[in-house]
Amino acid sequence: MSGSAVAPARGREAAAGALRRVAVVVAAVAVLAAAWELYAALGPVDGAGVGGVRLLPRADERSMPHLGTVLATLGEPEVAVPGARTVGQAVLAGAWTTLRLALAGWALGALVGAALAVAMQRLRLLEDGLLPWVVLSQTVPIIALAPVVAGWGGVLSVGPIAWTPASSVVVISAFLAFCPVAVGLLRGLQAPSALTEELFTSYAASWRQQLLRLRLPASLPFVVPALRLAAAQAVVGAIVAEISTGTRGGIGRLIIEYSQQATSSPARVHAAVWGAAALGLLVAGLITLADVALRRSRGTSGGPA
Amino acid sequence: MSSSTAVPAAPMVAVRALTQRFATAAGPVTALDGVDLTIERGRFVSLIGPSGCGKSTLLRVVGDLVTPTSGEVLVGGKTAAQARRDQDYGIAFQSAGLLEWRTVARNVELPLELHGVGRRERRARALDLLELVGLGDVAGARPSQLSGGMQQRVAIARALAESPSLLLMDEPFGALDEMTRERLQDELLRVAAAAGTTVLFVTHSIPEAVYLSDRVVVMSARPGRVAAVVDVDLPRGAGTDVREAPEFFARVTDVREALRGAPVRTGASA
Amino acid sequence: MRRLAAPAAVAVLLLAAWQALVVVGRVASYVLPSPLAIVGALREVGAPVLEAARASGTNALVGLVAGSLLALAAASLAARVRALDEVLTPLAAASGALPIVALAPIFATMFGATSSLPRRLVVTLVVFLPVFVNALRGLRQVDPVHAELMRSYAAGGWATVRAVRLPGALPHVFTGLRLAASTSVIAAVVAEYFGGLQDGLGSRITSAASNSAYPRAWAYVTAACALGLLFYAGAVALERVATPWRRVPVHR
Repeated sequence: MSGSAVAPARGREAAAGALRRVAVVVAAVAVLAAAWELYAALGPVDGAGVGGVRLLPRADERSMPHLGTVLATLGEPEVAVPGARTVGQAVLAGAWTTLRLALAGWALGALVGAALAVAMQRLRLLEDGLLPWVVLSQTVPIIALAPVVAGWGGVLSVGPIAWTPASSVVVISAFLAFCPVAVGLLRGLQAPSALTEELFTSYAASWRQQLLRLRLPASLPFVVPALRLAAAQAVVGAIVAEISTGTRGGIGRLIIEYSQQATSSPARVHAAVWGAAALGLLVAGLITLADVALRRSRGTSGGPA
Repeated sequence: MSSSTAVPAAPMVAVRALTQRFATAAGPVTALDGVDLTIERGRFVSLIGPSGCGKSTLLRVVGDLVTPTSGEVLVGGKTAAQARRDQDYGIAFQSAGLLEWRTVARNVELPLELHGVGRRERRARALDLLELVGLGDVAGARPSQLSGGMQQRVAIARALAESPSLLLMDEPFGALDEMTRERLQDELLRVAAAAGTTVLFVTHSIPEAVYLSDRVVVMSARPGRVAAVVDVDLPRGAGTDVREAPEFFARVTDVREALRGAPVRTGASA
Repeated sequence: MRRLAAPAAVAVLLLAAWQALVVVGRVASYVLPSPLAIVGALREVGAPVLEAARASGTNALVGLVAGSLLALAAASLAARVRALDEVLTPLAAASGALPIVALAPIFATMFGATSSLPRRLVVTLVVFLPVFVNALRGLRQVDPVHAELMRSYAAGGWATVRAVRLPGALPHVFTGLRLAASTSVIAAVVAEYFGGLQDGLGSRITSAASNSAYPRAWAYVTAACALGLLFYAGAVALERVATPWRRVPVHR
């Protein structure tokens, strides 16, 4: 039948679509870069404004360094000490540290969020009572409480694991990640129609069987975007939490350090921000790749990106 | 051809050699193949046939919602496109399609609003129409507050908003229960008769087709052609329950046998 | 009312448990002040809390309005012009993966460290994505029956947009706005961490924490939460006004 011929064709179509999207983003970045260069070269050095408020940014070397300068900075040694690492290496090292912290936070948050979602699906009462607070928890600037979370390390201890400032970062990152997962997974678990639920009930399937064979598989299309959002949140949380807890070695701290060095080497902070942006994109890209691989192994094609 | 009119007035709908083909992933499909259909003014004609026989497509071609591959369609002597532009017909679908953000009255006003009728005038007309279908007291309600049957009555009121001479209906009662169906069928007959509206009615239900129509056009399976035409002339006086009259059962049997492919005893071909 | 009972009960339980934990566990105030201590600190600090809240609130509001307007304009264009949609949607998705607050120090040098614009710009960018994605989704989906109905009325493109597309898109737009409202406050608060003008809640929280004045820090945090809830409630109220038909009890 034509069915077997259609699937690879759709797969190729999907791949072409994905490539087109990536090409669009790359093209857009190129356009933005060109616009940046143009403004940096031609724009008013002191910016321009209305009524004392600067609406157009400064176009001087300090505020808007040329992209070439930023790239060149990557090769500079960080400090004028022989054997010091380059800025590029520092950015990579910082990104790597933050990546591990963010992933740990994301994993922890995803676990907690998933557990909450399953519990809320099981008991309607829990959903009614907890879900509003799960959603509203994100209005709490937990990042602001980072120093306090760091202080907890002195009082609490998770068994033999010592509480380092990094642990605070992981906890804060997890706090930002758990909500999208809880909400997304809950929606996914509730996705099967009443008719399908009745079918399973007619088979005298236990709640656990229903969960494993009906709800979890049905929730996949909801879970993946939720995990992607949670990962982005975890990265932001990790970066900002580093600053508040004084965790060394991450890219957030690097951004602050370099922005304080802005008078001497203005382009460094831009390099660090690029690193942070790349980190965010990398994490989102990893999840998307995992999703594609998962879909292919399940035999489903297409669906929302 | 119908012989009940003395003066040869122009037919409301005249379809000649209509063919409709469209492309699908599995290859070209012929939905309609050389269909001829004539509907005189003031008549109630049903289209019935197996799934995929093209009856809904035929309705949409008459309404200029689908462009035919070949053939001629005249509505009130004009092309279908012109008839649509002149708003000569009203249409009702299987789902009422009410706009949930408007009240019932404002839903009925929709076509009037789109065509520039003044506010006071369209409000009055909407209320009249709602009274006509027996929903005068829910004019300010929202569609989600109404039952399916009530929503469909609103849709019919809306279809009559501009007093069209032709009503196109695509299984409007298909989603309703039998009792509501029968009630709405009676209402539709009453409303159409009062205004002398011509009706082209697509349905899956044999009793419904027979009960409502002056003529039942039976279509064959894809590619859709007119297989048979059954003329229906039921005694409709006050006090007669048409659905229990022997003539009713006889016509239902005729239509059923036509659907099965047996030659029809009464009625002429189109 | 009944639907509020469960979460309200949870809130009361949590607050009571919190208070009990702090008192019974004799938890030091530097770890976790009791709810009463926080209320006390709020009263003690007084007016500066409102000042800081007003500053952060203004930043959040300006960014929310600017970002939403931009997103709505972009979504309406993308809904009509396919090519634009193909460009904007992947871009918006990519921007969602970026830690936008990290741009704050760059904006601060570009626009001046004494300007509020950097923080407002950060909020604008953060707000853009959820509103754009949801508005576009709303504008794209049209009930096929409504589309056929409009065609049967020979209604022009603009008439169809006004009668069917826009009202149909409103619920989706508000889904995005609700999300953006609470996010805008967080972004406004957090953007202060990266330097720039320090007149909002974010800087107050950090300075209180670094001085180990934890009840005061928590007081500012509570103010930030209250601000976020206020914005969220505002978005919900706006939604109720603009889409009154969603709250109507449905016929069963």
